[in-house]
Amino acid sequence: MEPTSHKFTQNARRAIGDDRLQAALANFTTTFPKKRLDVISRLPEFDDLRDEGVAIKKHVHANLDFYLERFEARVIEQGGTVHWCRDAQEARETIFGLCRAAGAKTVTKSKSMIGEEIAINEHLEAGGIEAVETDLGEYIIQIRGESPSHILVPAIHLTGEDIADTFKEKHTQLPADRDLGEPDAILREARAVLREKFLAADVGLSGANMLIAETGSVVVVTNEGNADLVMNLPKTHIVLASIEKVMPTLEDAATILRLLARSATGQDITAYTTFATGPARRGETDGPQDFHVVLLDNGRTEMLAGEFKDMLRCIRCGACLNHCPVYASVGGHAYGWVYSGPMGKVLTPNILGAHKAADLPNASTFCGKCEEICPMRIPLPRMMRHWRERQFVSGKGAAAKGKSGLKLWAWLAKRPPLYRLAASAAAGFLRILGRGKGRIGRLPVAEGRTFQALYRENGSKEQ
Amino acid sequence: MSEQAPHVGFFVTCLVDLMRPSVGFAAIRLMEDAGCRVSVPDDQTCCGQPAYNTGDRADAVAIAKRVIERFEGFDYTVLPSGSCAGMICKHYPELFADDPDWQDRADALAAKTHELTSFLVDILWVREVPGDFRGKVTYHDSCSGLRELGVKAQPRALLEGVDGLELVEAEKSETCCGFGGSFCVKYPDISGAMVGDKADDIIATGADMVLAGDMGCLLNIAGRLSEKGAKTQVRHVAEVLAGFGDSAAIGRGGKD
Ligand code: SF4
Repeated sequence: MEPTSHKFTQNARRAIGDDRLQAALANFTTTFPKKRLDVISRLPEFDDLRDEGVAIKKHVHANLDFYLERFEARVIEQGGTVHWCRDAQEARETIFGLCRAAGAKTVTKSKSMIGEEIAINEHLEAGGIEAVETDLGEYIIQIRGESPSHILVPAIHLTGEDIADTFKEKHTQLPADRDLGEPDAILREARAVLREKFLAADVGLSGANMLIAETGSVVVVTNEGNADLVMNLPKTHIVLASIEKVMPTLEDAATILRLLARSATGQDITAYTTFATGPARRGETDGPQDFHVVLLDNGRTEMLAGEFKDMLRCIRCGACLNHCPVYASVGGHAYGWVYSGPMGKVLTPNILGAHKAADLPNASTFCGKCEEICPMRIPLPRMMRHWRERQFVSGKGAAAKGKSGLKLWAWLAKRPPLYRLAASAAAGFLRILGRGKGRIGRLPVAEGRTFQALYRENGSKEQ
Repeated sequence: MSEQAPHVGFFVTCLVDLMRPSVGFAAIRLMEDAGCRVSVPDDQTCCGQPAYNTGDRADAVAIAKRVIERFEGFDYTVLPSGSCAGMICKHYPELFADDPDWQDRADALAAKTHELTSFLVDILWVREVPGDFRGKVTYHDSCSGLRELGVKAQPRALLEGVDGLELVEAEKSETCCGFGGSFCVKYPDISGAMVGDKADDIIATGADMVLAGDMGCLLNIAGRLSEKGAKTQVRHVAEVLAGFGDSAAIGRGGKD
């Protein structure tokens, strides 16, 4: 997908004018926070769990090389292979090579944000390999040729009606007059169509919520069970994961799991939590013959070394999107790439480059809601501020816009007598402006004189 | 007034100074009623938040140093704004990581700086206030006060002491109004959508008046409410607490 993050303001304006999108957003951004609140109110130790999760991640990131090598050793012991990839291009080529080697015509996929990040589907298709998304939401946006509008609920921008229309348009093999009025009918149809793909696939490509160093396992959570079919039916299973996903032990993973579903969807736990460890062993009838893990860096080690380190704790729960008033106003597509909401504002410039996403870290009121609810206590506003500081210093990007005005103000703020004069003038000016018509006329008026002037004149009693 | 009366340095904040002086007088009245000696340094300007939030760290540091110098001599520094108080309490201490001297001074000032309503309730134990208001009021929790300083119960505790006042909670009282300083200038569409939702949420309460502790939010909300033709009055919480409810509400004076 071609990123449009640099057109954030235009994207946002369009999204605000889209009534259907607005209705979908209003519904979603009220129900998800309620569900989360409800489920965590039943878990008094939730905040302690957060601290524990943060501590685990911090420990892992301070010893990342150790845990990654340990993970690799375990995978090899089980008969699997690990591929280290520096960037998106390397990962795409590696995956394509593995699919080729497996003689793959069809690849089934379970949901993977890293897959979106490296645009693996487009790459496989370009090489003549059919890539089929099997998560219902991902499947819907794939056949519509769209990108996800939410990291967890990728088709949240669509109504049931939109989806029924899409199915009728794309599933031309089915009778045109079938009834898709009920969600159940849509589900049944998707299941039937996907079942054939599951059986035909030569390679299954999954993401991973976590990698376990002590066992060499990958952990995948879903609510649809599709990942289990992706990982078990084809001859080859390829796991695509970024390096910060590694966890020391199964017990550590359990801590994160308890945080993840509650923060994400307000569930105690997702419907399916699968631990996959290596290829099928001798004598086992299920499971892949070949097991590969593609480990992607794509900017992570650089983040680890700098001021965006905390961002690597992100477990992609989506809570910061669900609770963000900016996301609630514009939806995910406005952010112009695969990651949206507060986490996208920090990650996208890190991965795409600051100049391609200059607006994102500026388009926040710093209301702090994201940091309040982030299970991994990531200081998202502070991370956005780091980007603004870089923009201000470099003179490029939205933070640098209006720099001269701000400089003048800062200059005045350091010179109290001049500041007072300017403030008095401004108070008078704003009072006159406030009586005007149009946009400025709708702003509340100033009272005409500054507090300081009145106070010096009359003392503490208002006149 | 006794010699032991706590000496408060009152930091007016830019928006109160410029847009709503009555809030400053209301705040002083409330603190004096509670037995404080209040001084208003005349060489105060701004807390530096606009610079800090725009990524202009150097100016934020320079302004913070001025504020620290000017206010560190008082027993307390009090501001009628959660967001400016948050700047001093939470962000000044982040500005001097490689300057131990200033770090200590920033930490010390942060420790004795308070947002007005939390100062009244948590430090001065004020429960009775002079204000009265007959009608329904709803309260908007401005973001920095709420999340950086934990201001939530304090204004409500004080409003309970206002004769005749009935407090009704809005469903989304904790959701950002979309002001965000330069955010509303740089992203007017998004800011507009956010304050539109905020105004609807306030109107849905049926309250006669909406209160908050930050002028930025109040101006933003007042603008949108009047655009929607809503009758809801908008005021800073200090005005109602101090009994300054007779003057024109925010956005209601001088337009006709
Ligand atoms: S930043 Fe925090 S809240 Fe947002 S997706 Fe990541 S873990 Fe979840």
